[in-house]
Amino acid sequence: MRDVSFGQYYPTGSIVHRLDPRAKVIFSIIFMVTIFFVVSYVGYAVVALFLATVCLISKIPIKNVLKSVKAILFIMLFTAIINIFFYDSGKVLVEWWVIKITLGGIDFAIKMALRISLLVMGTSLLSFTTTPMELTDAIESLLKPLKYIKVPVHDIALIMSIALRFIPGLMDETDKIMMAQKARGAEIDTGGLVKKVKAMLPVLIPLFVSAIRRADELADALDARCYNATEHRTKMKLLKLSLKDLAAFLFVAVFATLIFLDKYLLGGADSYIVQFFKGIVG
Amino acid sequence: MQIVVKDLNFTYSAKTPFERQALKGVNLTINEGDFLGIIGHTGSGKSTFIMHLNGLFKLQSGEIDVFDIKLVPDKKKKSDLRRLRGTVGMVFQYPEYQLFEDTVEKDVAFGPKNMGLDAEEVSRRVKRAIELVGLDYEDIKDRAPFELSGGQKRRVAIAGIIAMQPKVLILDEPTAGLDPYGKEQILSLITHLKKECSPTVIVISHDVDEITRFANRIVVFNDGKVMFDLPMNELFRHADELHAVGLEIPKAVKIAQKLRERGVELEGDIVSLNDLLHAIVVAYNKKHMDKTVDENLNFSAFEFDKEISGTDGEDKR
Repeated sequence: MRDVSFGQYYPTGSIVHRLDPRAKVIFSIIFMVTIFFVVSYVGYAVVALFLATVCLISKIPIKNVLKSVKAILFIMLFTAIINIFFYDSGKVLVEWWVIKITLGGIDFAIKMALRISLLVMGTSLLSFTTTPMELTDAIESLLKPLKYIKVPVHDIALIMSIALRFIPGLMDETDKIMMAQKARGAEIDTGGLVKKVKAMLPVLIPLFVSAIRRADELADALDARCYNATEHRTKMKLLKLSLKDLAAFLFVAVFATLIFLDKYLLGGADSYIVQFFKGIVG
Repeated sequence: MQIVVKDLNFTYSAKTPFERQALKGVNLTINEGDFLGIIGHTGSGKSTFIMHLNGLFKLQSGEIDVFDIKLVPDKKKKSDLRRLRGTVGMVFQYPEYQLFEDTVEKDVAFGPKNMGLDAEEVSRRVKRAIELVGLDYEDIKDRAPFELSGGQKRRVAIAGIIAMQPKVLILDEPTAGLDPYGKEQILSLITHLKKECSPTVIVISHDVDEITRFANRIVVFNDGKVMFDLPMNELFRHADELHAVGLEIPKAVKIAQKLRERGVELEGDIVSLNDLLHAIVVAYNKKHMDKTVDENLNFSAFEFDKEISGTDGEDKR
C-alpha cells in the first residue's frame, strides 16, 4: 500500500522544493505542452537531460522518478504495440493479414512511448517536490480569475484539499482493516481475480463505512465552526514569487525554446545527424 | 508452551526519507497462562510488536516462536500463518470498525470459516463465542452489526476473534472510546475470557490504573526496546524512571507516595486502590492500638481530596 510512488512528497528541502508552487504548476504545464512539440530523438534527449538536471537539483533519486513509470507501463506497452502494428508509413518490413509493420510505425511507437514516460516522469517530479497542500493553494490562486465569471474557486479548492487530506487517513485505515481481517484468517493477496475481488469485500465495506462517517464528522466540525467558504478568507501562508522562481522560469524557457527551435527551425535535428554520419562514412 | 521472541528488529519504510525503526532488538518470553500488560508511549513500538506475534508483518530480523509455530526472516521457509492466526487472536483498537457482514452471525463466522472448519463446527463456535461475550445469541444473531450500540458492536467484534478459539488473546486498547460503564464491562469480559477460553492474555493499555486491575506482569516499551519486564508489584518501585519517560503511574501508587512523604507508614507494595485501602486500614489499626495519635495524620479531609483531584488533573493532561 505504502509503495505507491506516484504522487508522493519526497522531502529533501532543495531549492526546487522551495519554489513557489504556482510557478511549479505553470512550469509543469509548459513542460507538458512542450513535450507534444518534440519531433526528433535529439529533442527527446533534451527533455531527458532537462528532467535529469531537475532531479539532480532537487536531490530526488532518479530511481524514484523512474519508478513512477511503472504505474503506466501497461498503457505504454499497449499503445506501443498498437502503433507498431497499425501505424502505416515508410518502408514495409513485415506484412501479414491486416497487420503491417513499417519502419515509420516502429519509429512512431518508440517516440510515443518516450513521450508518455517522460510526461509521467515530469509530472511526478511536481508531486515529489510539492506537498498536496501547496498544490491546492497554487491551483486556487491560479484559478482566481475564474471568480469573475462566478466559478466557486474557493469551494473547489476546499473540496480538493479535503479530498487530498483524506487520502493518507484512508490509506492508514485500509492498512488497519486489512490487518484486522488478515488476523481473522482472511486471505487477501492470494487466489484468482474473482477470489481476490471477493476477498476485498471485508476490507471495502468497513472502509466505506468509515469514509462516510469521517466525512460526516468533518462536515459537522466545519458547520460547528461556522465555516463559510465564500467569504473573503485570508491565508496563513501567503504565496510570494521570488528571484529563484524567475531563475527557474528562465531555465524552463531555455528548455522550451530548444524544443521549439528543433521543430520549427531545424524540422527535427535527427536528419542532420544522420547526414553528418553519412558524410563521415562516405 | 511459550511465546519466545528473540532479537526482533523492525523498520518502517526502509530506505526512504520516512524510514523509522520501530523495534530495536526486542527479547521477550511470554508463558502460557500469563496475563501480560504492555504499556508505553505512542510510537514506542508496542503495537508493532504485538502485530508480529500474529504474523502480520514479514519478519525483518530476529526470531519468533509462538507455541512451536516458528517465524523466521528466511523467505524460502513458509510459516504456517493459518495455524498461527488460529492460535493467536488479535483484537485491534476499535475492533468494531472491522465488522462488515449483514448479520452478526455471519460476521462472527468469518474467522472460523477462514480456518477451514466445517459448517457445523463453525455454527457451534459462533454460538459459544456470542454467549461468551455476554450477548443473547437468539436475540442478536440475525441483526445487522451496524444497528447495534457501540459497546455491543465491540463485543460482537471480540466474539469474531473468540470464535477462532485462540490460545493467546491479544487486545490493543480494548477500552478506548468507551464510557466508564462500558470499560468496566469489557474489563470483566477479558478476565472472563481468560478463564473460559484463552488462557494467555496480552493487553496493551494507556491507562495504568486499568492495567493494574488484572495483569500479573507488565512490560514497558520505550523507544523500540523493552525497558522493564517485571511483576506488577515490583514495577512501580521504578515510579521515577517511568515518570522520566513520560508514563503515568497508577493513582494508588501516587497516593501511597504522598502519604509516605507525610510520614504515614504503609506496608507492602501498593499498586491498586484495593492494596491502598488495605494498607491504610492496617496502618490505622496499628496507630490506634498503640494509642498514640500522630499529629501528622490529622490533616483535614479537604486536603486529602485536593491531593486526589490534583493527581486526577495530571492524568487528564
